[in-house]
Amino acid sequence: MSRVILQTHDLTVRFGGHVAVDHVSCGFKTGELTAIVGPNGAGKTTYFNLISGQIPSSEGRVDLNGRDITRMSVSQRCDMGIGRAFQLTNLFPNLSVLENVRLVIQAKAKMGFNLFSMADSHAEITDRAVAVLDKVKLYDLCEEPVSVLSHGNQRKLEVAMLIALEPLVYMFDEPTAGMSVDEAPVVLDLIAELKAEKDRTILLVEHKMDVIRTLADRIIVLHNGALAADGDPAEVMASDVVQEAYMGKELDNV
Amino acid sequence: MLMKLLSGDAPRSRVLTVILMAILFCLAFAPFLFPGVRSVDTAARICVFILLVASYDLILGYGGIVSFAHTMFFGMGAYGVALACTHMERGFGALIVGASGGAILAALIAFLIGLFSLRVRAIFFAMITLAVASAVAVLVSQLSGLTGGEDGLTYKIPRELTPAFRFGKETFGGEILGVKTNGRLLAYYVVFTGALVLFLLLLRIVNSPFGRVLQAIRENDFRAEAVGYRVISYRTAATCISAAVAALAGALYAIWLRYVGPDTALSFEIMVDILLMVVIGGMGTMYGAVIGATLFVVAQNYLQGLMGAASSAVEGVPILPDLLSADRWLLWLGLLFILSVYFFPTGVVGRLRDGK
Ligand SMILES: Nc1ncnc2c1ncn2[C@@H]1O[C@H](COP(=O)(O)OP(=O)(O)OP(=O)(O)O)[C@@H](O)[C@H]1O
Ligand SMILES: [Mg+2]
Repeated sequence: MSRVILQTHDLTVRFGGHVAVDHVSCGFKTGELTAIVGPNGAGKTTYFNLISGQIPSSEGRVDLNGRDITRMSVSQRCDMGIGRAFQLTNLFPNLSVLENVRLVIQAKAKMGFNLFSMADSHAEITDRAVAVLDKVKLYDLCEEPVSVLSHGNQRKLEVAMLIALEPLVYMFDEPTAGMSVDEAPVVLDLIAELKAEKDRTILLVEHKMDVIRTLADRIIVLHNGALAADGDPAEVMASDVVQEAYMGKELDNV
Repeated sequence: MLMKLLSGDAPRSRVLTVILMAILFCLAFAPFLFPGVRSVDTAARICVFILLVASYDLILGYGGIVSFAHTMFFGMGAYGVALACTHMERGFGALIVGASGGAILAALIAFLIGLFSLRVRAIFFAMITLAVASAVAVLVSQLSGLTGGEDGLTYKIPRELTPAFRFGKETFGGEILGVKTNGRLLAYYVVFTGALVLFLLLLRIVNSPFGRVLQAIRENDFRAEAVGYRVISYRTAATCISAAVAALAGALYAIWLRYVGPDTALSFEIMVDILLMVVIGGMGTMYGAVIGATLFVVAQNYLQGLMGAASSAVEGVPILPDLLSADRWLLWLGLLFILSVYFFPTGVVGRLRDGK
């Protein structure tokens, strides 16, 4: 049943002489949650940027559903089904929490060029946004501008916006980074919930090994931009590469 | 019903509501409240500038796009009407052709500028608009055979909109509340209605799904693109709409003045005035355009007189008469501007909303 939906072929990017992502070939199947691990600067975020299109690749190809999307713009890829949450919170700071999510749903509904109706008159859009905010327990803060939210709540909103998008491929980049111990579970539960729904393809960059152990179906390890290991979580975690890559390194995020 | 007209965008401050209603009332009945050629002229000018500044607010305040070509678009509408009235048969047809021709040309040029420069960087767009606007200004003064050069063009608008046209002699004696019912009165209401309708249209656009996307792009274009909005298309569309409305404001101005020239419709001074008005009123609010334009145009028209009077009043005191002389009005306006930006960085509207 599960088939490869997203595939990178020799995906590479160089910044000057530095190869940040080095010929990474990897396929991701529907219904699979893949954890992407690697030390700081390994190229995880850059790999995401190449897939979602923020950075053009120097070499290689990205296929989504068998279609080459390498030359597509960020918004086109989003239309095709690539959804992304960012490692560094990346929101619309002076708009309300509700508006941030509403904008995502409105984009998905292709309503952006609707010029003559009132945005707030589209109840179906607002209702969806409210439902998503309810899920991440941000409903009470609906009307607040994002800029007054705590870091933890901004992280939750970041995740809420990806969930609202309902893409084919979910890409989470350290979703719980900097969140307190009692806030992180809300986000992790949501990802677990997503995973429980069938046919979700999830890519998760995460440093916390316990999180990976409970959520991941598969782990890939990036090291100096190259794919260093790929496979079953238990196996990969026991392997030499991971031991080496993480040797003496703090595993909890900073 | 009222909220629908305002597109659900209430002034959100009691004081602001009162001020806006007062301005609306004064403009709606200006010919009767302030009879006199000069004051009605000021009122018409306010209507035109409210619309012009509001159209600028669409790109600057909502879209976060800095353009220096707004006067150029304004001028296209004004010259459109002037040329149509000069070369076509006298009548409303010429006005419509001139206004829509100007608006279409403005939107087209905005589209081209946007396509070539918005892709790169917002600052690049600002520079291109500056270059194009300067080039057009030079072109207009050079092509004097067509545009009248520095002298501009004087033309005939439909007779029904001129003082010579009188109506209602039999029904109400040719006067309402002591005001002569002539074409000039009609012309004022053409300007007022045109400006009001287009302003409400802009208010609707900024509160539409499209308007929200513009704000999202202003806030964070990177993320807007990542959730699926093609940023360049939205920026370009906003620039085109803004340019077209600016041109229509220019057309209304041309109908009112029955004259266009570089000073009234193209000069860089007007561009600076627009910037001042939008900043003083409050960017990204639309209502700021109403406040900014009204304050500014009134000051422009009456500050000089007031200062002249003050100057003669303090005659004999050293320095003061010099400082207050009517020629110094721009100096005072500049000072007023600096103070207002310093104390009300969010403009009058932002200030009133904060202090509910
Ligand atoms: N736009 C860029 N220009 C130049 N170098 C870059 C750019 N983006 C990333 N790099 C470099 O590429 C390398 C990989 O960075 P990346 O952010 O992908 O690492 P990461 O695995 O996400 O690390 P972390 O765990 O700290 O998030 C780093 O050395 C970084 O400095
Ligand atoms: Mg990273």
